[in-house]
Amino acid sequence: MLHVDQISKRFGDHQALSNVTFDVHPGRITGFVGANGAGKTTTMRIILGVTAADAGTVTFRGQPISGEDRRSIGYMPEERGLYPKMRVAEQITYFGRLHGMPLTSAAASTAALLDRLEIADRAGDAVETLSLGNQQRAQIAAALVHKPQIIVLDEPFSGLDPLGVDAIVDVLKEAAAGGAPILFSSHQLELVERICDDLIIIAGGSVRASGSREDLRRTHATNSWELHAPGSPLEWIAGMPKVNNVTIDGDRARFTVSDPSAAQHVLMQAALAGPVASFQSEEPTLATIFKEVIQ
Amino acid sequence: MTRQEGLPSFTSSVALVARREITMRLRSRAFLVSTAILLLLAAGSVFLGSLASNALSHPKVAAVGSAQSAAHQVHSVRVVDVDTAAEATKLVKAGSVDAALIPSSEARLGFVILAHDSVPSLVVAQFSEAPEVKLMEPPKQDPAVAYLVAIGFGLVFFMSSITFGSAIAQSVVEEKQTRVVEILISAVPVRALLAGKVLGNSLLAFVQTAAIAGLSVAALAATGQTGIFASLGAPILLFVVFFIVGFVMLAALFAAAASLVSRQEDVSWVTTPVTSLVMIPYFLVIFFNTNPVVLTVMSYVPFSAPIGMPMRVYLGTAQWWEPLLSLVILIAFTAAAIAIGSRIYSNSLLHTGGRVKLKDALSGRN
Repeated sequence: MLHVDQISKRFGDHQALSNVTFDVHPGRITGFVGANGAGKTTTMRIILGVTAADAGTVTFRGQPISGEDRRSIGYMPEERGLYPKMRVAEQITYFGRLHGMPLTSAAASTAALLDRLEIADRAGDAVETLSLGNQQRAQIAAALVHKPQIIVLDEPFSGLDPLGVDAIVDVLKEAAAGGAPILFSSHQLELVERICDDLIIIAGGSVRASGSREDLRRTHATNSWELHAPGSPLEWIAGMPKVNNVTIDGDRARFTVSDPSAAQHVLMQAALAGPVASFQSEEPTLATIFKEVIQ
Repeated sequence: MTRQEGLPSFTSSVALVARREITMRLRSRAFLVSTAILLLLAAGSVFLGSLASNALSHPKVAAVGSAQSAAHQVHSVRVVDVDTAAEATKLVKAGSVDAALIPSSEARLGFVILAHDSVPSLVVAQFSEAPEVKLMEPPKQDPAVAYLVAIGFGLVFFMSSITFGSAIAQSVVEEKQTRVVEILISAVPVRALLAGKVLGNSLLAFVQTAAIAGLSVAALAATGQTGIFASLGAPILLFVVFFIVGFVMLAALFAAAASLVSRQEDVSWVTTPVTSLVMIPYFLVIFFNTNPVVLTVMSYVPFSAPIGMPMRVYLGTAQWWEPLLSLVILIAFTAAAIAIGSRIYSNSLLHTGGRVKLKDALSGRN
């Protein structure tokens, strides 16, 4: 497990991070969510050892993270970077070798990744001749070529088309299944919601919420319901006991309840009044939770 | 669980980085073309030099009638026998001979030298008697040759330092500009990265210089100008030793200077101070290669020692221990340059955007 404990960092007058604490569990994909400037990149660079924290520690498997642990991290920096004139496969193999792989296994791992990321046909081309989306796939390959025991990716999906996202998600899920803790940052909330096991929400340099996706949803459940009853008037709902925040939009009504049984009473009344097309509880989306916790 | 066995040693990281530098440089068309041009220039100048010196030292004259016997007695002119003065005049006018010897009963030597529009001093010298000259301190080397040797050492050091120094600078900034550097330093120690760059480019510089030297020597041998070897052997060997150490020093400084900026456009600006350190000795040795004081100072200052010390050994003005002392100074300076250079490099590498102040790079302040 990768554990970030009470990390603080100040740049001049700006407190970039204060007491940031969270865990990244092995085998799980952890999404790191926050607005621009919230402190995601700084936190990741501190994990990498590229930036030094003013206070706090990073531990891996219970020990303070060592230089060797850090050098085995698969890292994708926020600012993309590959040698423009070097060939794709040659370059990724080179990064594998810098991480200590023998030539043959670095080349084999490169070939496998390029194949999984569907850019094997560009292996012999210079990076600068690739489209931006394909350069991004190559960048992911560069971060994963040495089969890292920790994976830290800064905005791996920004600027990618849906096919590219799917290709990368597959590769990440496979890496997670191999037991590596994966931390990735993103501001695309729908995407994070879809692929993450765990979530960390950061705002203004401090962690506002963290935990598994299900736990967060449960904690932030709003007991909110939607009723669709075509053909019947719905104004009566506002008069029901323990029912609040009623909004009516045509033949649909939304409301919250302060007791779960109140929702069932609404359903029974509606069924007596006329046909009910649908009745469902609304789970909070990540976007909703995000807005709520960063306030 | 552990990957320790997989982590590369410092030396293998250095070797990997150095190999990439060399591979990429060898793949660059600009580098290959410029190397080919340099080699052609080296060989060509030796051949041209031999042709020119032949033409200069053996002027061609046309001789008429009774002047012919006088002309044939002189060894270092090539004589064309012609029958009439008119014919000789025509050859002079056409430029196919440097001068003509025309019999004249009034002349003291029995002939006059006819030339087109300037006095053919080489021809005149052949038929004149020069007074004897005694030098109080005969020079050990021909000053004209010494001048050429000075230019040779100066040019080779200057050219390779600028070429490969800027290659290092470009490569440092390329990694900063493209942000590859963040991936690199998450994989290898910063010092290994710097060492690999310096090593790779130094090897290339050395091989290119050795190729130029080798080709020049071969061309000298092919044109029969072997007399120059005996006096140049030791200075060239010394030059090679000083060159290797001196180049490493400059390479570290070029890398450090380049790491202060993040865009290719700014490179020349920060490397100018380092470039001047190479350019100044080059001009000094050209203008002052006969001035013993300047040469002595140059032979100890680390930036000019690779030119100055071999030059003094060639001229025979250095004591046996002087090259050793100068080499020790150079090595100490190189060690210091590497220490300071790698400090600047490490501290500036991740600063992108504006230029890093030298003061901050040295103190490591973020």
